[in-house]
Amino acid sequence: MSNKTVIPFGPQHPVLPEPIHLDLVLEDEKVVQAVPQLGFIHRGLEKIVEKRDYLHFVYVAERICGICSFGHSLGYSQAVEGLMGVEVPERAEYLRDIWQELSRIHSHLLWLGLLADGFGYENLFQQAWRLREIVLNIFEKTTGGRVILSVCNIGGVNRDIDNDELRAICDDLDKLLDGYKPITETFLDDASVHSRLDGVGYLSKEEAEDLSLVGPFGRASGLDNDIRSIGMGAYGKLAAFEPQLSNIGDGYARTEVRINEVVQSVQIIKELVSKIPDGPVYNKPKGNPPEGRFLTRVEQPRGEAVYYVKGNGSKFLERFRVRTPTSQNLAGLLKILQGCDYADVPLNILTIDPCISCTER
Amino acid sequence: MSSTGKSPWIVHYDGSSCNGCDIEVLAATTPLYDVERFGVVNTGNPKHADILLITGSVNEQNVPVVKQIYEQMMEPKVVIACGACACSGGIFRDCYNTLGGADVVVPVDVYAPGCAIRPETIIDAVVKGIEILEQKRKALKNKTLVEPDVSRMQSARDKVVDGQTVAEIASNSTLE
Ligand code: SF4
Repeated sequence: MSNKTVIPFGPQHPVLPEPIHLDLVLEDEKVVQAVPQLGFIHRGLEKIVEKRDYLHFVYVAERICGICSFGHSLGYSQAVEGLMGVEVPERAEYLRDIWQELSRIHSHLLWLGLLADGFGYENLFQQAWRLREIVLNIFEKTTGGRVILSVCNIGGVNRDIDNDELRAICDDLDKLLDGYKPITETFLDDASVHSRLDGVGYLSKEEAEDLSLVGPFGRASGLDNDIRSIGMGAYGKLAAFEPQLSNIGDGYARTEVRINEVVQSVQIIKELVSKIPDGPVYNKPKGNPPEGRFLTRVEQPRGEAVYYVKGNGSKFLERFRVRTPTSQNLAGLLKILQGCDYADVPLNILTIDPCISCTER
Repeated sequence: MSSTGKSPWIVHYDGSSCNGCDIEVLAATTPLYDVERFGVVNTGNPKHADILLITGSVNEQNVPVVKQIYEQMMEPKVVIACGACACSGGIFRDCYNTLGGADVVVPVDVYAPGCAIRPETIIDAVVKGIEILEQKRKALKNKTLVEPDVSRMQSARDKVVDGQTVAEIASNSTLE
């Protein structure tokens, strides 16, 4: 039985809106190896940091990925602020983390929908995306954009949310949780969902550690890798922060971790809203970034992202580099694809929550 | 057949976009906007589709993919460029790996603006696309094809990258 077949998967494939291309080496119905082919969405945006000055580049950084758009502008701003020594007002830090947690909710709901679509549960897909619109409405009310927010800036945020509005956001999130409960029950207890997810793409804690997996993908295997625990920004003001972990390590565990993170994010937002201080939200940076480098990290919905900037004293940065969660997790994907059934390939890809556009930048 | 004229099926391809427009294309099919009530179905199969939605700019590697999807679609067909990137290259226009908007590879019928595009704009663009589809269908009946107006695409196609014009790169690239 050494007859191997190579089947191309993608780049245009219904399971993901993004192009992902894999050459799957099959033996009968089993995948023995998966070879990724990248570059379909490579834009080369790290390089235009030399053509856009450091203030304008926030908007480019935001478009690394349209799902975690806020997080990317946050990471870039944090890096430049660190390089220039800009003090961020406290209220702005709270607002940033509120938006960041809202992004996490919208990203996880989006993923839950795609997952449901992936195993053929159309109704659940539509329900998850219907709930997601609540978050998008909040975005639209507070920033004017639905997916690209353009609100984070170097030195703070561009817009304030007044306290009444913040309370209204909490009410909206309560409504979201009301609708969220029934769909989580289906995700976690429904027999047909169990039969599609149990044991799919199992990865042990050791393997996850060896591959340095980030985000819920690693946390579902018991790897405590949540950067929010180190308490940067307003996360440090939280009374307690417990990363959501699971020891099961399969597709079901990844779903469970993300489902719990949505509830956790709502709690974080409520706590931040109850503690937010008054004050300015923007501190205009002065001068150009000095010579030097700075590296910072942000916990994105898909895991830890690392941002590196290098200044040379002019208004153009010399180098900007981002290491995004999925580029780290791709190694894990290739691992779980080995030995899986051909029919489970789309589901395996989905369980890691890939974001190709940020992988390729 | 007028009864089959107004429910186009769409196929979506993501060029090199940031994902913002893609999730809005998907959002247009979910309950709040729900284009399916107009009979618009998002299919994965180019041969079933009447309208190709392209989000994101094109680069050397995805040029053959876009071309292939376009060629696999049956006549009459309509191409909609969704978002600033697909219209012109958008914010990534100056990136070294971006050739430009979708119109450097395939003839675009409708340009839908926005960064990110809003689902309402997508619906408007699809409605506009239906009109054009209808014209093309009529023309096809008379055994003629509506030739795309490429004049507005010419400046993008004449851009020189690495000693070749974009149009040359686009026509020379093939799938491996
Ligand atoms: S137009 Fe804007 S939102 Fe859409 S893909 Fe391009 S950068 Fe992203």
